[in-house]
Amino acid sequence: MKVRLHPLGDNAIIIEFGEEITIDIHKKVQRVSSLLENHSAQWMIEFIPAFSTVTVFYDPLLVSSLTKQDRLPPYKWVCNELQRFLSSATIEETPAPRVVEIPVCYGGEFGPDLEFVAEHNGLTPEKVIDIHADGDYIVYMIGFAPGFPYLGGMPETIAAPRRESPRFKIPPRTVGIAGRQTGIYPIETPGGWRLIGRTPLPLFRPDQNIPSLLRAGDKIKFKPISLEEYKSLEEESQ
Amino acid sequence: MIRIMKPGLLTSIQDLGRYGYQKYGVISSGVMDQLAHRIANLLVGNSENEATLELTLIGPALRFERDTLISICGADLSPAIDGIPVQLWKTIYIKSGSLLTFGRNQSGCRAYIAAAGGFSVPDVMGSKSTYLRAGIGGFEGRSLNTGDEVLFGMQSSLSAKMMDYLRKQQTDQPFSQLDWSVSSGLISFYKSNTKIRIIKGRQFDWFTKDSQKAFFSVPFQVTPQSDRMGYRLNGSKLEVENKAEMISEAVSFGTVQVPSNGSPIVLMADRQTTGGYPKIGQVPAVDLPLLAQAKPGDSLAFEEIPLEAAQNLYLKREQEIQHLKQGIILKFTS
Repeated sequence: MKVRLHPLGDNAIIIEFGEEITIDIHKKVQRVSSLLENHSAQWMIEFIPAFSTVTVFYDPLLVSSLTKQDRLPPYKWVCNELQRFLSSATIEETPAPRVVEIPVCYGGEFGPDLEFVAEHNGLTPEKVIDIHADGDYIVYMIGFAPGFPYLGGMPETIAAPRRESPRFKIPPRTVGIAGRQTGIYPIETPGGWRLIGRTPLPLFRPDQNIPSLLRAGDKIKFKPISLEEYKSLEEESQ
Repeated sequence: MIRIMKPGLLTSIQDLGRYGYQKYGVISSGVMDQLAHRIANLLVGNSENEATLELTLIGPALRFERDTLISICGADLSPAIDGIPVQLWKTIYIKSGSLLTFGRNQSGCRAYIAAAGGFSVPDVMGSKSTYLRAGIGGFEGRSLNTGDEVLFGMQSSLSAKMMDYLRKQQTDQPFSQLDWSVSSGLISFYKSNTKIRIIKGRQFDWFTKDSQKAFFSVPFQVTPQSDRMGYRLNGSKLEVENKAEMISEAVSFGTVQVPSNGSPIVLMADRQTTGGYPKIGQVPAVDLPLLAQAKPGDSLAFEEIPLEAAQNLYLKREQEIQHLKQGIILKFTS
């Protein structure tokens, strides 16, 4: 696999797979992430996958104790290790992605901006819901907040600009649109997204082994639900 | 147990951070000044990762309801026990019923209080650090308030030996401290290094020649919009040559990124896991404690250091900490 390595300060290395956001690059990121997940190198602290990169964090002190013989500086040594590791990595067919269904109660008090998004695109609110729920989405990466998915695949026909003045508080689990992106806020945050609905599913689950409902590589389907369904699902998940 | 009589400006429980969950967007949190935190722990016989209290600019008032060992490291916020000033960077035996208070800020921004056995709060995702924004970790996921009661953890046998030693020297004062101190190199570092070293960032070349020069020649001010998440700096406006879109990627403790308004932000302990602004530089691990002790209004001057040299300094620092650790063990176990 052809990659470029860049230092991120004195204890991390960015593995770069390309300079754009494409499915092809995403698959490489996924492949290497899953290999790193099962590769228990002593010197590795953790890794962070993103759109076109995977960043690997290391402990220079531990590395220096491993390199006593060849006396390579820690950064160079880790680069060599990574190159060796990556040269054996092939772009095999990755296992089929998980498909996660996210029930969403659109509009009403949960989606105060649904009307705006509809008007902005010359559509009815019902049509916006249809288009949003009909899309095939892929989780490119998790970042910004715990469990927050950067999703690809929203149809441009429901794109909408951010608010000029961000809201101070957006309730957790709110579904929003910003430009050509859609996303779900896992925790209460300020933000300028257009809010169109809310899911009863908690995205951030600090008490679980994997604290994020979604993982990079997942496929997502949004499913419109009624307020009654929302309430009973919310009760269940608490 | 300690009882919080006054909370101070921002007092939270932190350890060395939460690792392995950044890929799920869970930030690492942890202490801002790892050096002061680690030394504070070593001085009371704890492991370096044990939870400490992180104080910010204005310290709390704490009532101790059990005899224990403590140490206070980092910023000098004029600590006193029952009104009698105590020294920083020392092992202190404090008696039950004593009141630890803080006063004027003499230097630095953040002080760390370690207690033998640490503070007993649950581990969340492998760490006791408080993640303030998500409301998890530490003491009920928040900073400490008046009336909170924080329990101590289990003491190590080393702590017990240190305590025995100090108990014998007891006077009629509410505390006694070891006459023995941390080797000067580790402490004088805070005063002798006036410049913050910087490893060039991945997008350093994106910036105009003038901005590259200004970054290393004109000091920046720490603005009041600076917190555990990041320091917003004021100074020369830094401009990129071509306004290319950056694809979001991982950032780390000490990353200096520049949003489109041209004012750099240094990312600190509570930074997000990823960022989409060009990175002009990176403060190496060895200088992060200096940054952690900078407060709003302080001036920061940057100087370039090659990556390899920064790692060498880091290894040297780690050696000094190891010496301190060995010294303490030798003194109390031989």
